[in-house]
Amino acid sequence: MSVDTSPRTTGPSGLGDGPSLKQPSLPRRTGTFTAVAAVLLALGFRALGFGWVPAVFLAWLVVVIVVPLWSTSVEGSRKAIDRLVTILVTSAFALAMVPLAQIMYTVVSNGASVMGIDFFTFSMRNVIGEGGGIYHAIWGTLLITLATTVMSVPIGVFTAIYLVEYGANNRLSGWIRFLVDVMTGIPSIVAGLFAYALFVVFFGPGVRMGFAGAVALAVLMIPVVVRSVEEMLKLVPNELREASYALGVPKWRTIVKVVLPTALAGIVTGVTLAIARVIGETAPLLITVGVSDSVNFNIFDGRMATLPVFAFNSIQSPGFPPGPSIDRAWGAALVLMIIVMLLNLVARLVSYVFSPKGER
Amino acid sequence: MSQTTSKSERPVVRRGDRIFAGISTGAGILILVILAGVAVFLTIQGIPGIAAAPDEVKSGTSFARFVGPLVFGTLYAALVALIIALPLAIAVALFISHYAPRRVAQVLGYLIDLLAAVPSVVYGLWGREVLAGQLVPAYRWLDENLGFLPFFAGPFSATGRTFFTAGVVLAVMILPIITAITREIFLQTPRLHEEAALALGATRWEMIRMTVLPYARSGIVGGAMLGLGRALGETMAVAMVLSASGVVTFNLISSTNPSTIPANIALQFKESSGLTINALIASGLVLFIITFAVNFAARWVVNRRREFSGAN
Repeated sequence: MSVDTSPRTTGPSGLGDGPSLKQPSLPRRTGTFTAVAAVLLALGFRALGFGWVPAVFLAWLVVVIVVPLWSTSVEGSRKAIDRLVTILVTSAFALAMVPLAQIMYTVVSNGASVMGIDFFTFSMRNVIGEGGGIYHAIWGTLLITLATTVMSVPIGVFTAIYLVEYGANNRLSGWIRFLVDVMTGIPSIVAGLFAYALFVVFFGPGVRMGFAGAVALAVLMIPVVVRSVEEMLKLVPNELREASYALGVPKWRTIVKVVLPTALAGIVTGVTLAIARVIGETAPLLITVGVSDSVNFNIFDGRMATLPVFAFNSIQSPGFPPGPSIDRAWGAALVLMIIVMLLNLVARLVSYVFSPKGER
Repeated sequence: MSQTTSKSERPVVRRGDRIFAGISTGAGILILVILAGVAVFLTIQGIPGIAAAPDEVKSGTSFARFVGPLVFGTLYAALVALIIALPLAIAVALFISHYAPRRVAQVLGYLIDLLAAVPSVVYGLWGREVLAGQLVPAYRWLDENLGFLPFFAGPFSATGRTFFTAGVVLAVMILPIITAITREIFLQTPRLHEEAALALGATRWEMIRMTVLPYARSGIVGGAMLGLGRALGETMAVAMVLSASGVVTFNLISSTNPSTIPANIALQFKESSGLTINALIASGLVLFIITFAVNFAARWVVNRRREFSGAN
């Protein structure tokens, strides 16, 4: 929120005697003052009977008009524009935070009502109306994500090894690097359709199985793993490799014993973030795995429930009365959010705790 | 990096080395195969859907007529999202790279990244159950005061589940990716350029306008296109917020809305069978081609920039 003009832009001050060379400027704490004034104004408009949104908007409007005008009269138009941009940029950031705060708040407040032992230990089998839980969906999400990880991590890590250790800068590695980047942009639903189209060839129309979902998610996860692991392998100092070669260690043992352990923390972080990304995917699972009310531990046979699809389905076809189903959707969303946030936290912790000291 | 083995004498190629190199190269090639596989399998399964007669599929029309309105809806939704998100994302990226105190900038960056971590189904829930209701007064106002514009022709939707709401949700979802790319490139601006501008007496904004923005122009374009690609393929926000009827209209605030390709697939897939599924897969192929082209172009723009900046 600081709007302090940096000392460099206030001109040379205090050089010699004579008439001051210092240009007139607003008080130093204008930034803080502006922020406080904006909050007070918003509260004032609120007290006058406006809703929260119009009150905040009006306060913002007043600040955006008054501060530049004040600045123009004291410091001239250039500084005024600078202050205006500072306010705009700062408020853009504040605005971007609004959805995050609101999502967190609504998910927690709406989801908390269904939390309880039952919610985690019951499936939706034979449940109409109230009750039931996400036991089946948690298992589905865990199993499918596990299968995805088992497929994606080796492919991703080996590709990264190829890009950094073997490919150097040849043409194939250039293409792989570029297409992996392009692959990160594949729409999740297209990955789902691909997995469906692939499995239809082997299992016939209408195929639904957890493994197909895992394949779809792997298409989305592999590029993320490749990119993050590649970045980490590049950070391994070349001296380590050379020292190992100098001792006569073959290249593959150098990679396994020197390069990978050095980059391990980064690799774990990257993989965790990649899991966090795919665990919330809805569309591909909706197509390939479908919806189920019962527990299914076999990812090679039949429909499974997963947390995101469960949330989607509970809100999309809630049945009657809709209330309990919508509550369960929020509950599943809350559990999903907690899982994703925990994974993000773990990733940051791993990279923080295990990264080489002094490099952070 | 790998050319450290001496070339003067023939290096001994051990079996372990050969196997390991083979596995690594194989994994790299496998990725190319997967990408090709996506295109091939979508084509194989999609062609019957494209060729299907109107009475064989649920839409009851030819494929072109079925997919046309969906393509329009997809492009329109992505465009609305981009128009909302791009200025905001650039401002946020500038805030993090050049305005926020350095010590908190990293934490603020994490906060924005957190926005990217929120699962899409949660965004959908939020858009449908919370945001839609809150935007209704705005739609009423737009309908009453700007109703002469085709975008706000109304009648406004009383539930707020409109195309504009979906666009806002999409905008929030693509904001973090555009911010991440542009922030990265703003930070690559040569320090000397910035300091030279400041030394000439430029204010902070003048410095940004003269050094950071020109330097980052192609990065901004690339980031915007990546965001566009993400918005084109995003399913849940549209599927959950809209009750789409598949019309073609520019009206943003009414309750009859265009649908998008991914949302249509997600909503129709469960109840479809036979050639209708093939038609849906074919529409997925169309989406794949569009997003692939957009992403290809975007990465090309971003990477070209990267080569430049490496020299600094």
